[in-house]
Amino acid sequence: MALVEVKNLSFCYPNGYQAVDDVSFTIEAGENIAIVGQNGAGKTTTVKMLNGLTKPGSGDVLINGESTKNYTTAQMARRVGYVFQNPDDQIFNATVYKEIEYGLKKMKVDMGECERRIKDAAELTGMTKYLETNPYDLPLSMRKFVTIASVIASNCDVMIFDEPTAGQDLDGLKILSDLNRVLTARGKAIVTITHDMEFVADNYDRVIVMCQKKIIADGRTKDVFFQKDIMEKAMLKQPALVRIATGIGMQENTLDVKMAAAYIRQNLR
Amino acid sequence: MDSIKITDLTYRYPTADEDVLRHVSLSVEKGQLCAVVGANGSGKTTLCNAIRGFVPKFYKGEISGEVLVNGKDVQREEIGITALEVGFVFQNPFTQISGITDTVYEELAYGLENMGVEPAEIERRVEEIMGLTKIEAFRDRDPYQLSGGQQQRVALAAVLVMNQDVFVIDEPTSQLDPQSTDDVFEIIRLMKNMGKTIVLVEHKMEQIAEYADKVVVMDQGQIVLEGTPEEVFSDPRCEEYHIRLPQCTRIALELKKEGIGFEKLPVTVRETVETIQAITGAGKDGQERKG
Ligand SMILES: Nc1ncnc2c1ncn2[C@@H]1O[C@H](COP(=O)(O)OP(=O)(O)OP(=O)(O)O)[C@@H](O)[C@H]1O
Ligand SMILES: Nc1ncnc2c1ncn2[C@@H]1O[C@H](COP(=O)(O)OP(=O)(O)O)[C@@H](O)[C@H]1O
Ligand SMILES: [Mg+2]
Ligand SMILES: [Mg+2]
Repeated sequence: MALVEVKNLSFCYPNGYQAVDDVSFTIEAGENIAIVGQNGAGKTTTVKMLNGLTKPGSGDVLINGESTKNYTTAQMARRVGYVFQNPDDQIFNATVYKEIEYGLKKMKVDMGECERRIKDAAELTGMTKYLETNPYDLPLSMRKFVTIASVIASNCDVMIFDEPTAGQDLDGLKILSDLNRVLTARGKAIVTITHDMEFVADNYDRVIVMCQKKIIADGRTKDVFFQKDIMEKAMLKQPALVRIATGIGMQENTLDVKMAAAYIRQNLR
Repeated sequence: MDSIKITDLTYRYPTADEDVLRHVSLSVEKGQLCAVVGANGSGKTTLCNAIRGFVPKFYKGEISGEVLVNGKDVQREEIGITALEVGFVFQNPFTQISGITDTVYEELAYGLENMGVEPAEIERRVEEIMGLTKIEAFRDRDPYQLSGGQQQRVALAAVLVMNQDVFVIDEPTSQLDPQSTDDVFEIIRLMKNMGKTIVLVEHKMEQIAEYADKVVVMDQGQIVLEGTPEEVFSDPRCEEYHIRLPQCTRIALELKKEGIGFEKLPVTVRETVETIQAITGAGKDGQERKG
């Protein structure tokens, strides 16, 4: 049985705009999944329904096979953590430490455990030296890590990161890629929305492609990214490596720069 | 003439105990796109703030050196006067939106109304920019009820509509999908062709390689590399400065490690394909790989 089963979710905003139409997929423990798709495709709206911030218009989210229809938002948030696309929608405490602690206090986590989790989350997100800093004195790219730390500390089964790669430099991307690896090894399921196709190619085995309110592909990243028709339909760009591979008629699908280079060398005239 | 000329600029925020800009000198010619890259915290946004005059006018702090925009010293100019010459797109799209207008259309018209532009002219310009930035479909929507990427496009449009000579644009594509990112670079190219001068902070090296006339790399408040995209991305010090090279360049570097030399490192997909074809003869017979 899947950890989370998303069944036929649809959603309409109060102004009548339908943002999500009949979306289904499953999430297993320990999975590292990317969601990609053009601006306005419905990615944020979809994942907000997974964590209860938005009540599904129709359809259901099952956790360990049980419907969450009767869960309160708080119960839901305990299972599925969500990091907002705009960190400022989420941050309101005076120090990074208090910000991370806030959710734990609400969950009535005891003191020692609280401290342990904050320390761990701060280490994973590179926040250790900023624990006493006011989050608003940090640049946006780092405020994002504050919100990621809060969700990590909450120790949910599923953690959803909405565009954590936005505005990150090379070091930020490295932190993100490392923490994904550590968390999935702990059995957490990670779902990441991003527009950075190269980052997806380098870090996620599975990718879900959304296009105009629907999922149009869900599979191994390697298979999906080499399917030009799907990528074009979703108005996404294949990573440079894939375009080069196509351009030179490479007979092997790889998303790995080193492997591509080795292939090219072997096929020298 | 140089649209922007910065000479030996050193600056420290009032609360900081070290300089965030150190002896920065930079000239950008009229009609040029100058991309500023570098690790977070290296001083890119602060440099933008100095060109716009927010540093030191708004932030205070200690400054030495000079910033000339169209020959005028922005430290002496009224901040409101500089606004007429320098369009400024903030790094955080969510704070750019004014929060006092109800629709995207009003958001775009707002600045022009404040400047006392004629209503007919306002309408013409707003329509034109909405078309250019592909946001017509949202004209009557509340800017805050748009998706993240849609908000970022509105934020950019609201600045472009003011039509200054110089634009300073801080990470305008951070929330954008790949297609919209390319669209923004095409818009920037159009503006360049109209003679606008653009300073752009951006992490997306593939597009910088394709579109920028000049790239400057910042590290700890200093400009440490400067040149064309080819010159900068083929410099081995990029790694030291935490620059994420275009994937094309990474492949070429990997091939170099395998003993395959290049006269010139390719930085765009087209160049890479041509270079590899030249050395391997691959894909020459129009042999397209299957999906
Ligand atoms: N509060 C709202 N009221 C009405 N429509 C909305 C609201 N929020 C989002 N929408 C619309 O719903 C659609 C999906 O939005 P959503 O935020 O889920 O997109 P997204 O895939 O996350 O896009 P992005 O990549 O730009 O963040 C968009 O067309 C958007 O304009
Ligand atoms: N308002 C401010 N007050 C004090 N220090 C600041 C302020 N804004 C930025 N800084 C510091 O200046 C340095 C450069 O920041 P910034 O120009 O934002 O870099 P970048 O845009 O390259 O990420 C950083 O160390 C940052 O912490
Ligand atoms: Mg979104
Ligand atoms: Mg910045």
